[in-house]
Amino acid sequence: MTADSMGTNENVLSVRGLKVDFTTPDGDVNAVKGIDLDVKPGETLAVVGESGSGKSQTMMGIMGLLANNGRVAGSARYRGKELVGLPVKGLNEVRGSKITMIFQEPMTSLDPLYTIGRQIAEPLVHHKGMTFKQAKVRVLELLKLVGIPEPERRMNSYPHEMSGGQRQRVMIAMALANEPDLLIADEPTTALDVTIQAQILDLLRSLQQRFGMAVVLITHDLGIVKHFADRVVVMRRGEVVEKGSIKEIFEQPKEDYTKMLLAAEPSGIKEPPADTAPIILEGRNVSVDFAIGGGFFFGSNTSFRAVDGVSVRLKKGQTIGIVGESGSGKSTLGRALLRLLPSSGHYHFADKNISNFDRSAMRPLRKELQLVFQDPYGSLSPRQTVGEIITEGLLIHEPQLSRADRDKRAIAALKEVGLDPAARNRYPHEFSGGQRQRIAIARAVILKPKVVILDEPTSALDRSVQGQVIELLRDLQAKHGLSYIFISHDLAVIKAMSDYVIVMKNGKIVEEGPTEEIFDSPHQAYTKTLMAAAFDLE
Amino acid sequence: MFQFVLRRLASAVPTLFIVVTISFFLMRFAPGGPFNLERPLPPATMENLMKAYHLDQPLWNQYIQYLKNAVTGDFGPSYIYKDNTIAELIGKGLPYSVQLGTYALLLALIGGVLVGTLAALRQNSFLDFLVMSVATTGVTVPNFVVGPILTLIFALLLSWVPAGGWGDGSLKFLILPVITLALPQLAVFARLTRGSMIEALHADHIRTAKAYGLPQRAVVITHAMRGALLPVVSYLAPCAAALLTGSAVVESIFTIPGVGRYFVLGAINRDYTLVMGTVVLVAIFVIVFNLVVDILYGLLDPRVRHD
Repeated sequence: MTADSMGTNENVLSVRGLKVDFTTPDGDVNAVKGIDLDVKPGETLAVVGESGSGKSQTMMGIMGLLANNGRVAGSARYRGKELVGLPVKGLNEVRGSKITMIFQEPMTSLDPLYTIGRQIAEPLVHHKGMTFKQAKVRVLELLKLVGIPEPERRMNSYPHEMSGGQRQRVMIAMALANEPDLLIADEPTTALDVTIQAQILDLLRSLQQRFGMAVVLITHDLGIVKHFADRVVVMRRGEVVEKGSIKEIFEQPKEDYTKMLLAAEPSGIKEPPADTAPIILEGRNVSVDFAIGGGFFFGSNTSFRAVDGVSVRLKKGQTIGIVGESGSGKSTLGRALLRLLPSSGHYHFADKNISNFDRSAMRPLRKELQLVFQDPYGSLSPRQTVGEIITEGLLIHEPQLSRADRDKRAIAALKEVGLDPAARNRYPHEFSGGQRQRIAIARAVILKPKVVILDEPTSALDRSVQGQVIELLRDLQAKHGLSYIFISHDLAVIKAMSDYVIVMKNGKIVEEGPTEEIFDSPHQAYTKTLMAAAFDLE
Repeated sequence: MFQFVLRRLASAVPTLFIVVTISFFLMRFAPGGPFNLERPLPPATMENLMKAYHLDQPLWNQYIQYLKNAVTGDFGPSYIYKDNTIAELIGKGLPYSVQLGTYALLLALIGGVLVGTLAALRQNSFLDFLVMSVATTGVTVPNFVVGPILTLIFALLLSWVPAGGWGDGSLKFLILPVITLALPQLAVFARLTRGSMIEALHADHIRTAKAYGLPQRAVVITHAMRGALLPVVSYLAPCAAALLTGSAVVESIFTIPGVGRYFVLGAINRDYTLVMGTVVLVAIFVIVFNLVVDILYGLLDPRVRHD
C-alpha cells in the first residue's frame, strides 16, 4: 500500500477503484466497475475496448462530464489531487489547463456559432486571465503548430467552413493551448478518413514528443495502438481485463478476450466467380450531378458532379468492393446503380435495359435489388416491430401472401441471419448495433434478391461484431448465389469480402482490378497512399 | 447585408399586393354590406349612400380604384366611423397598441427566456415542474378570463392600480393590460426556450466547453443559449406582429383606445375599408418583423449569414 500511495504522486493520473453508474428506468447500470490505472508523465497509455466496455465513461467520470444520470465513485488523482467529488469550481482549475481532451466527433465538438480562433482562445482567457486580444498571438502560434494553412485567415473561420480533419486539428490546438500535463484523446480519428487519420496521429505524436505531455488514447482500433502507445489497458464490460506494455499485449496476450481482439481483424478471401458467370447488373458511363446553391428569385444554379462517368459490371456471384474516402462518390454510385436517384448513363439488369425505367417501372425490380445501409440505428423505424420492418417489403412485392405466410418467412429470415425468431415482436432499440445490422440484412434477404448493395454495413460496428457480420454475409452469398456491391472506406473489410476492387476518388475511378492485384501491387499513387495509411498502422 | 434588406423589401411588394387582392375580394363575397342595418334603410337613401361611396360601380373598377388610392397612402373613409378616414383611425389608435404591445413583447420575451432557461437547467426538478405548469396554465386560460381576474384582485380588492383606461399612459395604467397580453406569449417563449435549451445543453460542444473548464456562466450563456435562442427568435416575428397590432379582447377589457377593436368592428359591420386597412397593417408588421428575425438569425448563426 505504501509503495502504491507513494507511486501515485509520481503519476500524472492515478485511478483507484473507479466506478461509474448510471440510473436508468430499468435500474442502475454499472458502466465502470472499480478499475485501477496509472498514467506516467510523458507516456502514452492506450485504453482499448469495444463499445460498452466503459473506456470512455471512465474518462468522462474523472473529468466530471457524465450525463445527468451518471455518478462516479472511487478515486482519481491528478498529481495527488483528488478529482472525484471535487466541486465544479475545483475541477475547472484542472480541466482545460492541466488535463485537456479531444473527442471522436470533430464535426460537433466545436460550437458552430463561434469562430475557431475564439474557441481556441477561450481556455487561455479563462485559465491564464488573458483578454481575447492578447490570446490572439498564441492562437496564431497554435494554429501554425497543428498545421492549419493560412492561420491568419483561418482563425476567423467557423467550424462548418472546415473539413473533419481540420476541425480535429483545431481541437488539438485548443487542447495544447495551456500546455497540459495530460491529453485525453477519445477515439480521435475514428470519424476520419484513413489518410487523414494517419496525419492526425502523426501530428499528435510529434506534438507529444515536443511538449512531453502524457496521452491517454481511448480507442477500439488496435492498429493505432500498436504504433502509438507505450502501454495498453484492455477493458471489457466495465472491468480491466489485462494491462501491459505494447510488446506484452501484442506478443504474449494472456487473456482470451485480448487474444480475440487481436484476432478480430477480418480475414479470408473471396474467390472470384467463374469466367462464364453471366453479368447481372451493369452501369455504363454513370454520372450523377447535384444542384448546389441557387436562389428562388435571384442567383444562379450551379451543380456538382458527384459521380463522373463510371462504369461497373457485376457478375452473378461476384462481390465488387468500392473503396474511397468520404466525398469520393462511392455511396452515390451505389444508389445510381439501383436507379434510386437521377443519373445519366446506361443500365442493364439481368439482360434488361433499365436505362429509361421510371419509378413505377423500377418497382417490380426493387425486390431483386436490395440495399443495406451503414447506420443500423437510423435505418430501422423505431416505431415498428422487427417483424413489421422485415416483412414490409413482402406486403408490396408479394401481396398474395397471408399474414401467417409472412410470419413464416420472417421466422426463416431471422433464423438465417442468426437471430432468435422471437425478435420479431420486439422493437429495434432493444437490440445492439450488430443485431440491428442483422435485422437490416434480414429485411433485404427476405425478398430473395439477386443483387445486394451493402453501403458501409460494418463501419458502425466493433471489430469482433464486424467479423461476425462479414461471416454472415459470406454464408448468405454462398447459399443464395447473391451478388454484392460492397461499399466501404475500410480496406481490411474490403479485402476480406470482395474479389474485385474499384478505388474511387472525386467521383472517378482511380484504379480497378482483382482484389489481390490492387492490394499487392497497386499502380496509382492514390491507391498506394490509401494502402500505406491503412496498413502501415497495423 | 444592405442588399439583402433591399431585396427583401422589394419582395414584400408582391406579397402585399396578393394580401390586398385576396382580402378585397373575400370581403366583397361575404354576404351583407356596410349599410345593411337591422332596420333596412329606405331604398333612396341606400342608393345615395352606395353612390357616395362608389359601391354602385362594378367590383373590378372599385378594386382598381382602391389599389390606386392605396399606393398613395389613401385607404379611404370608414363606413361606420363616418367622420374619419382609415388612416386617421389607425394613426390615432396605433400608438396606444404599439406601446402596450412593445411592453408586453419585452415582458414575454425576457421573462419567457429567463424562466425557460432556469427550467432547463434544473430539468425535472420541482422548479421545472412548477414553471411548466404555470406556463401551461398561461396558454390555456384565455385572456378574457385572466384580465378580469387581475382587475378584480389588483384594482378592485387591493386598489393598487386603476381598473382600466389609458390615463396619462403611466405605468400604473399599463401594468395589468401588459401582463394580460404578455402572459400567454410568455408561456410560449418559456416552453420554446426550455425545449431548445435542454437540447443545446446536451450538445457535444457543450461537453467540450465543460471539458475545458469554462465557468458555468460561459457554458450556459455563451455556448448553450445562443444556439437555443434560434427557435425562440423564429417565433418572435408572428408574436411581435400579433402583439403590436393590438388585441381586441385586452383593449376592450381595459378600455384602451388602440386599434385592436377595429379588427372585430370592421368585420362585423362589413366596414370594407376598415377591414382592408387592418389587414394591410398586420401584413406590413409581419413582413417587417420577418425581416428583422432573418437579420437576427444571421447575427446569431453564422451558417445562415447573408452577405
